[in-house]
Amino acid sequence: MSQAALQTGTPPSPTGSTGPRLAALGDTQPAVLEARGLFKSYRRGAVGTPVLQGIDLSIRKGEFLSIVGPSGCGKSTLLHLLGTLDAPEAGEVHFDGHRIDNLPTSSRDLLRNRYFGMIFQFYHLLPELSVLENVLAPALICDGTLKYLRTRRAHRRRATELLELVGLTHRLKHKPRELSGGEMQRAAIARSLLMEPSLLLADEPTGNLDREAGEQVMAMLGELKARENLTIVMVTHDPWIAEQADRVVRLEAGRIKTG
Amino acid sequence: MYKLLLCWRYLRTRYIALVCIVSVTLGVATMIVVNSVMAGFSHEMQNRLNGMLGDIVLRSRSMDGVADPLAHMQKIKNVAGADVVGMSPTVHVPALMYLQVGDQALTRQVTLVGIDKDTYASVSKFGGYLQHPKNREQLEFTVRDGGYDVYDQQTPVAEQKHPRNAMKTAGWPYRRYKARLKAQKERIAQHAAALETSANPFQNGPAEVAEPAEGEHFDPAVEQHTGIVLGIGVCGYRTSDGADHFIALPGDDVRVSFPKATLPPEAISEFYTVVDIYESKMSEYDTQFVFVPITALQQSRGMVDPETGIGKFTAIQVKLREGADPNAVRDRLAEAFPSQLYSVTTWRDEQGPLLAAVQMETAVLNVLLFLIIAVAGFGILAIFFMIVVEKTRDIGILKSLGASWQGVMGIFLSYGLCLGVVGAGVGTLLGLSFVWNINEIADALGRLTGTPVFDPSVYYFYKIPTIIEPFTVTWITAGAVAIAVAASVLPAWRAARLHPVRALRFE
Repeated sequence: MSQAALQTGTPPSPTGSTGPRLAALGDTQPAVLEARGLFKSYRRGAVGTPVLQGIDLSIRKGEFLSIVGPSGCGKSTLLHLLGTLDAPEAGEVHFDGHRIDNLPTSSRDLLRNRYFGMIFQFYHLLPELSVLENVLAPALICDGTLKYLRTRRAHRRRATELLELVGLTHRLKHKPRELSGGEMQRAAIARSLLMEPSLLLADEPTGNLDREAGEQVMAMLGELKARENLTIVMVTHDPWIAEQADRVVRLEAGRIKTG
Repeated sequence: MYKLLLCWRYLRTRYIALVCIVSVTLGVATMIVVNSVMAGFSHEMQNRLNGMLGDIVLRSRSMDGVADPLAHMQKIKNVAGADVVGMSPTVHVPALMYLQVGDQALTRQVTLVGIDKDTYASVSKFGGYLQHPKNREQLEFTVRDGGYDVYDQQTPVAEQKHPRNAMKTAGWPYRRYKARLKAQKERIAQHAAALETSANPFQNGPAEVAEPAEGEHFDPAVEQHTGIVLGIGVCGYRTSDGADHFIALPGDDVRVSFPKATLPPEAISEFYTVVDIYESKMSEYDTQFVFVPITALQQSRGMVDPETGIGKFTAIQVKLREGADPNAVRDRLAEAFPSQLYSVTTWRDEQGPLLAAVQMETAVLNVLLFLIIAVAGFGILAIFFMIVVEKTRDIGILKSLGASWQGVMGIFLSYGLCLGVVGAGVGTLLGLSFVWNINEIADALGRLTGTPVFDPSVYYFYKIPTIIEPFTVTWITAGAVAIAVAASVLPAWRAARLHPVRALRFE
């Protein structure tokens, strides 16, 4: 794939020779999330800066995959594409055997709400809501007012249970600004798990935390993965954090290098 | 659900947004006040306009009138009998009136109206405006023996503040007192003259035998001229504190000059005795009309046929039944009577320009005030844009959690709706309470500034009339809410269209 081709806007064919398939390397579990030949560039005027140049990636059910790479190599962009927050210029994303990158907006909203959990480097809690309300936010978004009022007891039980798991029982009524970074990230983890998703996408979850808090968060993720039967995709620039995953892949110059 | 929750939280944490709807509040309050006062004024005015005249007036185009009111009334009955409940012939003539104050005669231009005291009450509310309780029941053109109202009977008892002390003795007691005073003065003058004459016997020339002139035996202490009813604005004036002052009272004599209905015209002058005063509270009428018995006026002007005894009239006032369409009756009558000789008008036609002016004033004010609310709408737009920019990251978070663009838009639309409802609601309450206490507020402002806000001498009402029309209040409130929502559409749309990734990266 040449630079010139990208700049003229010709999308490269996803069926071209874009490297070896990583799926099903002797594993019996089926691939739950699959990326095929993803291309993405950022445009500023007529000049496009390529970020992802043909990503093929396959994540098996129950796997904990971490993607490492230097800052600005497109890790977050890849995660956004996998999480349907952004659309690729070429290539496909498949979830549970269905193509999801070209779904209508409302279906993608539903997917993010019910099937994906997301964690971000900067926690991204809503400052106006309390910790409990933040954790309940996906349920609030999912249900209309009347339905929520009917089901709120179950949602509350689930939320308090998750907050207990992440050790924030004493912080339910606090606003995010009254919490430490580690606590905020734990609240964000609880929020991402409220709707019992099968896939957790974590974008530098420890990037803003000190070593101790980072370790705490990672331990928690490992624990929850087992308990909630999760598949986790995590991007990080910290090799030590990446080590904790089942499998590590490297992203370099817009392509996957198997580690 | 999150829409309501977030909308509520944004309301609670962003008071700046509440500040931006203060202009909506003030606009709504002002509109309600203006509309209520204008409606009050125009209602009051229409009442009074219609009160003095019949619903329909058939006028002779000649000032000298046409003969035979009975035949004309019969014809009106034939044409529009079903809708007519009362008729009364009148004679209108411009006149000059001389009020005697001390040694001076004040000249006033008035319209002298001859009315039939028995039927005029059936076509107008004129009777109710009189100052003597018995005259209100049945008008008599004779001076009453006292008992005229000291307080304006048309204002509620609680608001009667200014006693008209001069009215306490009005009527015969006053007339007798004046006659006595005059007699005394004459005696003194005679005595002085006698002294002069005795000092210089040749001054007056040869002695004349005084012949008793006509009316010589008229004794004002026990007799009266033909009765006349004056408008309160003709015989008095009101100072800005609301007190009335009189320059003529029941019991006084006035001289009126007017043309005879003959060729060549001839001005005549008659004495009348004031028997009552009317107050329609419509200064246009109160300063213009004076009423005398129609028969006396016809005689004075030579409008009675000496052979048949049939009089002439210049107008017939017609009262219609409740619910009749005055315009339709007017058109039918206009067809029945030759238009080169008669004009037929409704009371609305008569005061058309005035009513139209009030209506236009209201409309213009409404447009201007609504523009003020629209300006407030742009304020909301600007502040909302700022809030959306400030909340960009939150919008990204919501989208990453699966919120739809409709949902995000809903947050800001319901935010706008809440602000609109709060703003318009507070404005409505403010406006209504202002209207309910408008007179107290006007008084307080008057005391504070030293200039009365509402000058009763200008308007002839003692207090500001207001009418709250629920329909008007509803559409003002709804309009303001609609403007607030409309102003939030654009920022909400922008928020809904934000790209989630770009929103999340927003610093």
